[in-house]
Amino acid sequence: MSDPATRPRPQFRNLNLQMLLTYRQPPAAKTSILHRISGALLVLSLPLVVVPLFGLSITSPESFAGMAAWVGNPLCKLVLLVLIWAYMHHFCAGIRYITLDLHFGNSREASQRSGAIVIGVSLGLTFIFALKLFGVW
Amino acid sequence: MATQERLGTKRLVVGAHYGTFDFIVQRMTAVIMAVYTLILFFAYLFTPEMNFESWRALFTFTVGALPLGQMLATLAFLSVCWHGWVGVREILMDYCHPAGLRLVLQTLGVLWLVGTAAFFINTLWSI
Repeated sequence: MSDPATRPRPQFRNLNLQMLLTYRQPPAAKTSILHRISGALLVLSLPLVVVPLFGLSITSPESFAGMAAWVGNPLCKLVLLVLIWAYMHHFCAGIRYITLDLHFGNSREASQRSGAIVIGVSLGLTFIFALKLFGVW
Repeated sequence: MATQERLGTKRLVVGAHYGTFDFIVQRMTAVIMAVYTLILFFAYLFTPEMNFESWRALFTFTVGALPLGQMLATLAFLSVCWHGWVGVREILMDYCHPAGLRLVLQTLGVLWLVGTAAFFINTLWSI
């Protein structure tokens, strides 16, 4: 039993859902999990929302008007807003990962800061596109 | 700790390097999509009046007889699907541990993305 390979390793199985919700994650961890969530949302939305709307928009002038009618629906706007956020977050976080791969900003402070910047910038971009989407500008 | 020091000699690390391959695929497809996003964004920004014709032209423009708009969109969309597959597989490896269920979900993931790619290509090339 003294062989390290056979000795049971300590296990930490006391994490529960409540802790998962209240545990304070550092910004880089938030960016990371949001990268996953936004990626999954985008994959799910591709054949359900993105390709159908895209098809309508490029097929004929009549179908283009049909696409505009769909996008005019408030519920559809809400879905698109979530997808726009998902795209913006995934885009910004992806650029951050590539810069990390290239060994820029790998220190703990810099990577936490860039994680927070990604969350902020993607929310800001989402806000700008939301203004356009809801016809404010 | 002695345990950790000996892990390197105890553990045999093997693999078919598909991890490295996926790593590179994920980044190359990401760069293709990011560049295409910026191209589309600036094309949209610098189009004086956006309507059906000018919107469609972003995806149907040709250079000589070459359907470059459709080709670029297809390249970008295939990148989306391949990138999506690497991501789906990674999420399932992390959160879905029963091998049978994971295989079923991975199969569904492949069908989902291959179907999406076929749907998109059919839509784009039949206009």
